[in-house]
Amino acid sequence: MIWVDTIIQGILLGGLYALFAAGLSLVFGVMRLVNLAHGDLIVMGAYLILVLVTLLGLSPFVAVFVAMPLMFGLGWALQRFLLNRTLGDDILPPLLVTFGLSIALQNALLEGFSADSQRLPTNALTTASVEIGSITLGVMPLLTFASAVLVIVGLNQLFYRTEIGRAFRATSDDATTASLMGIKPANIFATATGIALVIVTIAALYLGLRANFDPNIGPARLIYAFEAVIIGGLGSLWGTLFGGIIIGVAQTVGAAINPEWQILAGHLAFLIVLLVRPRGLFPRAND
Amino acid sequence: MSLLQTKDLVAHYGDFQALFGVDIELNEAETVAIIGANGAGKSTLMRSISGVLRNDAASVAFDNRPIGGQSADEIMSLGVAMVPEGRKLFPSLTVEENLLIGTYGRKTTGHWNLKTVYDLFPILAERRNNPGTALSGGQQQMVAIGRALMSNPRVLLCDEISLGLAPVVIKDIYKAIPQIKAAGASMIVVEQDIAQALAVADRVYCMMEGRVTLSGTPDSLSREDIHNAYFGASH
Repeated sequence: MIWVDTIIQGILLGGLYALFAAGLSLVFGVMRLVNLAHGDLIVMGAYLILVLVTLLGLSPFVAVFVAMPLMFGLGWALQRFLLNRTLGDDILPPLLVTFGLSIALQNALLEGFSADSQRLPTNALTTASVEIGSITLGVMPLLTFASAVLVIVGLNQLFYRTEIGRAFRATSDDATTASLMGIKPANIFATATGIALVIVTIAALYLGLRANFDPNIGPARLIYAFEAVIIGGLGSLWGTLFGGIIIGVAQTVGAAINPEWQILAGHLAFLIVLLVRPRGLFPRAND
Repeated sequence: MSLLQTKDLVAHYGDFQALFGVDIELNEAETVAIIGANGAGKSTLMRSISGVLRNDAASVAFDNRPIGGQSADEIMSLGVAMVPEGRKLFPSLTVEENLLIGTYGRKTTGHWNLKTVYDLFPILAERRNNPGTALSGGQQQMVAIGRALMSNPRVLLCDEISLGLAPVVIKDIYKAIPQIKAAGASMIVVEQDIAQALAVADRVYCMMEGRVTLSGTPDSLSREDIHNAYFGASH
């Protein structure tokens, strides 16, 4: 029974990694841009929620809805005025610019909030649990996983059931031909990054509620997000959720064997998938 | 009064100059054919008019407005749609989604909508849920034409719509052109197949090495004139 519990806890933890990864997957899927500042943007989102909680006295669950439009605007402007300039045949400029952005964000957060670790204020909900048979599940991990599933379902609906979703896919296929259809690729890319930062804000809420955070933890979140995206297959949203779950389960199983193996087990699972299926488990057919 | 006009249009790919002062004109309700051998500059001319290649503002005029400096999406929004060479369907989209993307971001009014495009090319209605790129070459060309029509353009630019297609399929595609004209679009058809071009065009421009070497109505041009303009007088 302990193993069943371990695996269920791993699946729920995978929801958090899927939330870290969904925005990265969206941006890569639409414009083939690998955003190395993604993890730092999650941390920045957590600080933004913290500021709103502190200044306005809001619950973190309310503050996240205030933060979402702000983060959308930030993402839109970041893409429209900075990252769009780096897109082209050469993959190096976006990597260099987002790497620089990552360092700048970390230093700005250090300057603004110091290196002390912070945590979003918790309440009874964040420590509550439910018992299903002999297994006890935390309400917060359940909420995290449910949010991840909702985000993936929402993104799939957006991509496959809406006009902007068609434009995302068309621009991803061929931006020049998309512009002949009246689509402005620069605006499509900016909208995609704006939506990615809305998802980042949701990830930031759970990051801040479940654990301490400080300005330096962004790169590790980026690695987990990367691994989830690559395990799932680049551009596949459901694959990203599945990738998150694989890392989560590997980590909890690794930790159950030896607590020191938790992080290593997640990375090993990633390497094994990469060896067996280099394009991930559910790659897009036309990638 | 011309609907679309190029004046002293030049185009470059890096250091290579592809067009040397091209002047062409398209009148309302007219079909103009651009013929010429490979590398004559026909597709570059289409890319320049459609905004894929940027030019001096005054070098392209639509409805007496300079549009040469505008982007492809702006030019499309003005009412100039293009069927690009090689069809360029979006692989991630189904046939119907490829058609619908032609109306992106605007409510168009006019003859063309999903129903009338399906009436024009009935096979597309049967294949509406297939990926666009899973269709035969001819069917893909029908999707590309339908996609451009969905925006109800005033000017339709068709770049090499018969390229790589079997003669029987080309015939089917060209059968649609009178209906497209009847619905009100003016057209520029780039074509290597001279017979097809002369059959549908009201006027013809022949290009060679980035220049217009001949123009006139199909009736006014002799075989020899066209041969000389197409290949050069020395051939």
